Amino acid sequence: MRYAFYPGCSMEATARDFGASTRAVLAALDVQIEEIPDWSCCGSTPAHRTNTALAVALPAFNLCKARDMGAPVMTACAACYSRLRAANHKLRSAATERERVGRILGASYDGSVPVHHLLDVLANHVGVEAIRRSVARPLAGLRVACYYGCLLSRPPEVVAFDDAEHPECMDQIVAALGASPVDWPYKTECCGAGLSITNPDVVCRLSHRILTMARQAGADCVTVACPLCQLNLDMRQADAVKRYGPLPATPVPFVTQLIGLALGLPPKELALGALMVPAGKLFSGVRA
Amino acid sequence: MNENRDSNPTVAPIVWRGPEFLREVEARSGARVSACLQCHKCSTGCPVAREADLYPSQMMRMILLGQAEELLASSGIWLCASCEACTTRCPMAIDIAGVMDALRILAVERKAQLGDAHGHHFNRAFLASVRRHGRVFEMGMMTAYKLRTRDLFSDVDKAPKLLLKGKLPLVPKRSRSARKVREIFRRADADQEGKP
Repeated sequence: MRYAFYPGCSMEATARDFGASTRAVLAALDVQIEEIPDWSCCGSTPAHRTNTALAVALPAFNLCKARDMGAPVMTACAACYSRLRAANHKLRSAATERERVGRILGASYDGSVPVHHLLDVLANHVGVEAIRRSVARPLAGLRVACYYGCLLSRPPEVVAFDDAEHPECMDQIVAALGASPVDWPYKTECCGAGLSITNPDVVCRLSHRILTMARQAGADCVTVACPLCQLNLDMRQADAVKRYGPLPATPVPFVTQLIGLALGLPPKELALGALMVPAGKLFSGVRA
Repeated sequence: MNENRDSNPTVAPIVWRGPEFLREVEARSGARVSACLQCHKCSTGCPVAREADLYPSQMMRMILLGQAEELLASSGIWLCASCEACTTRCPMAIDIAGVMDALRILAVERKAQLGDAHGHHFNRAFLASVRRHGRVFEMGMMTAYKLRTRDLFSDVDKAPKLLLKGKLPLVPKRSRSARKVREIFRRADADQEGKP
């Protein structure tokens, strides 16, 4: 398996732990990735909220580069994934969009380069069974709330590789690691996403609801596959608790960090120390 | 005359200001707003409905009635988190999140008095960073945002924590495509302004 890898800006900064653990886990599972050369930002939420042409042209620019690599694109960031898929969707459905983007890029692109999210690759290309067979240290006894957020599952006609209202691929992966995914209703509730900087109060309220529900469902931690969900639930957890009421400290590891630990990779390689709410205690049994 | 009744907005006479605004929003978003049947499913699932001044279903109605001025000055259009729950669940397949994009773009374009300018300043700071480096440089972007909003002290405790965790690089990681990205910005801006 070989993919053109689109890291996205946050993988090298606020989600460097996601970046490190993604690379480590893919290497351990024999998935080859090659970074798209000279990739640039997908425009993220600010682009589509500001200029619809820009919102398609920035992803298309990167997808053109990937086309020359002759491999499907994979990204781990849920926001990048959403923007790359949305651009493809628009370009495939409207000739006017193809003309406009062709004019802006000075190159033609028809939206045909396949784009996969890391979870799609892990659950459906590598396969849950193959992951199960690779587990060296099962995460037995760990109760995990799998939190998908918005952009991995919505809207289904753009991103769908799982059910829009009740996705399960992350739960299946977590179960394959020997941990116990909890059955809970807030898998796809919004954490406030890009409002993190502009309206932190709203983000704290929404994150607090999600963490509260995860705890009520009996989870020890919440696992995610989106840099922004992680930042909101982890970095803003202290503020959320201060404002909306006490909660036991709830670690928010990336799913790739859980996978890495179960595969027996050293915690340092997975940048576990970069989490704000420390996760060490969760795995005391694992390391022994 | 019953004064109470006249001052109650729920029974105020409906004022229709013509179809222009509806058609403009539909053209911009590609969404068929006129199909809205006021089921309120969007509002029920909206994560920020509690804080917003208008529910999404109310916004759909206001578009149909041509109430551009009130709508473009709403804070709710900026509180929308683009979570796409409304778009996913609309029984009439209206891309409501796409309509929100169109409303924000129109509000800025028509120089409306923004109901909440934070989102606009954030977008500008973010995109300026991408335009300059080809990628987002968080430290520079946050500084620009804080200067724009003159809100220098919120979240000051976060930067040291992120720095300590190695999550806030001090120098930008420039994309070697930065020059090309700048050209894409220039042409996309010209396209939006209707220039060749």
